[in-house]
Amino acid sequence: MVEMNALFQTRASLIVRTIILIIFSIALMVADHRWHHLDTFRLTLSNLIYPLKYIINIPAELLQEVDQSLTSHEQLVKENQQLKLDQLLYQARLQKMDTLNLENQRLRKLLGTPKKISERVLIAEIFSVDQDPYKRLISINKDQNDGAYVGQAIIDANGIMGQIIHVEAHASTVMLISDSNHAVPIQINRTGLRGTVFGTGDSSKLSLRFIPHNAKIKIGDVVSSSGLGGRFPPNYPVGVISQIKRPAGETFADIEIIPSAKLEQSREVLMLWHNAPSDTYGLKDTN
Amino acid sequence: MIPRPYITVVVTLLLALMLSMLPLPDWANYARPDWLTLVLIYWVMALPLTIGVTVAFIFGLLLDVSQSTLLGHHALALIVVIFLVQQLYQRIRVYTLIQQAMFVGILLIIKQLIVLWISGITDNAPDTSLYFLPSLIGAIIWPWLFILLRDIRRRFCQLEHH
Repeated sequence: MVEMNALFQTRASLIVRTIILIIFSIALMVADHRWHHLDTFRLTLSNLIYPLKYIINIPAELLQEVDQSLTSHEQLVKENQQLKLDQLLYQARLQKMDTLNLENQRLRKLLGTPKKISERVLIAEIFSVDQDPYKRLISINKDQNDGAYVGQAIIDANGIMGQIIHVEAHASTVMLISDSNHAVPIQINRTGLRGTVFGTGDSSKLSLRFIPHNAKIKIGDVVSSSGLGGRFPPNYPVGVISQIKRPAGETFADIEIIPSAKLEQSREVLMLWHNAPSDTYGLKDTN
Repeated sequence: MIPRPYITVVVTLLLALMLSMLPLPDWANYARPDWLTLVLIYWVMALPLTIGVTVAFIFGLLLDVSQSTLLGHHALALIVVIFLVQQLYQRIRVYTLIQQAMFVGILLIIKQLIVLWISGITDNAPDTSLYFLPSLIGAIIWPWLFILLRDIRRRFCQLEHH
């Protein structure tokens, strides 16, 4: 009899509880979507998840370590020689760069528009890749203590990779430029034409939209960030135009871009400090 | 002292959460069943007075954090599904495994629809025909998962009987 009573009581309160929780979930979503008030709450929850994430990544890390320790001596020597050659080459190029930088700054001063050329950088390691196949998210192993902030630009050796969307415990989530919710303001190096590159959800191509049919573009044009919008620093390569279609009857051309950054292959990435966190914090995403 | 069924349930749910975070090759990601929802459906069916929407809400939030979605996105979908299970558990229990699997498939589709609907409002929703594949796979593995979890329950928690 007692059990029956309990059963009926829970039935009635169950509906109330469900409705309260549903309203609470919706409120959470609105708060999370509209403002960024829930960042600390997310941080606390991510602290709970972190041990699980860590355990999951042990096999992959072990495999990598085994792979490294099994690399033959000969291969290492070869790689070392190659790296030394590269180093020499880059250093020679940098020497020239230094003088060019100085000259550039001197000229800019003459023009009255001084500009800082170098930005603070930090190397981060990709920690895990998001499971959702409809998103292009990765986790990197840097958090608040390393100075990571929401909106921070992430690049690899070849170009822009994406931006940090959440700072969690011991990790940060990065949305890659290939995510279908991502957009980068760009400029075509050859002509200076400005535009916006959108992700497609496919990491091998991006799409440059809202460019009219008669715009001066051609296959092979290099596209780099324009710095407009303040999220990404200017002049970092984004990609190369690989295909231009001008469908009759459409207002804009259909332009495909191959990303410069190795979005699927990089293991190490660089975090860039561009625009202090205090002024980027409250901004909405670029899309 | 935390009652023993809680520990078993939480441990299996955490394992399910880990399975949903496990890195897989890209093609397998499209077929990954929704482990957390499957395991939660089982526990609500088995212990409807102990496990319910509150647990669904908490684990939904953890799923949201692990998948970097809006907080409350998966939580809302899970609450709705778990509410349905709590209303219908007596009926589901007497189904055969095949009927149960079909019913679970429908629940999983409902969950995915809610998730899709919210993504449609907030960001770009995915537009492939493969979107509901995880629900189909989830329904197919249900009988095995059911037997596995039933054995776990018989072994570790013998408290609730209806």
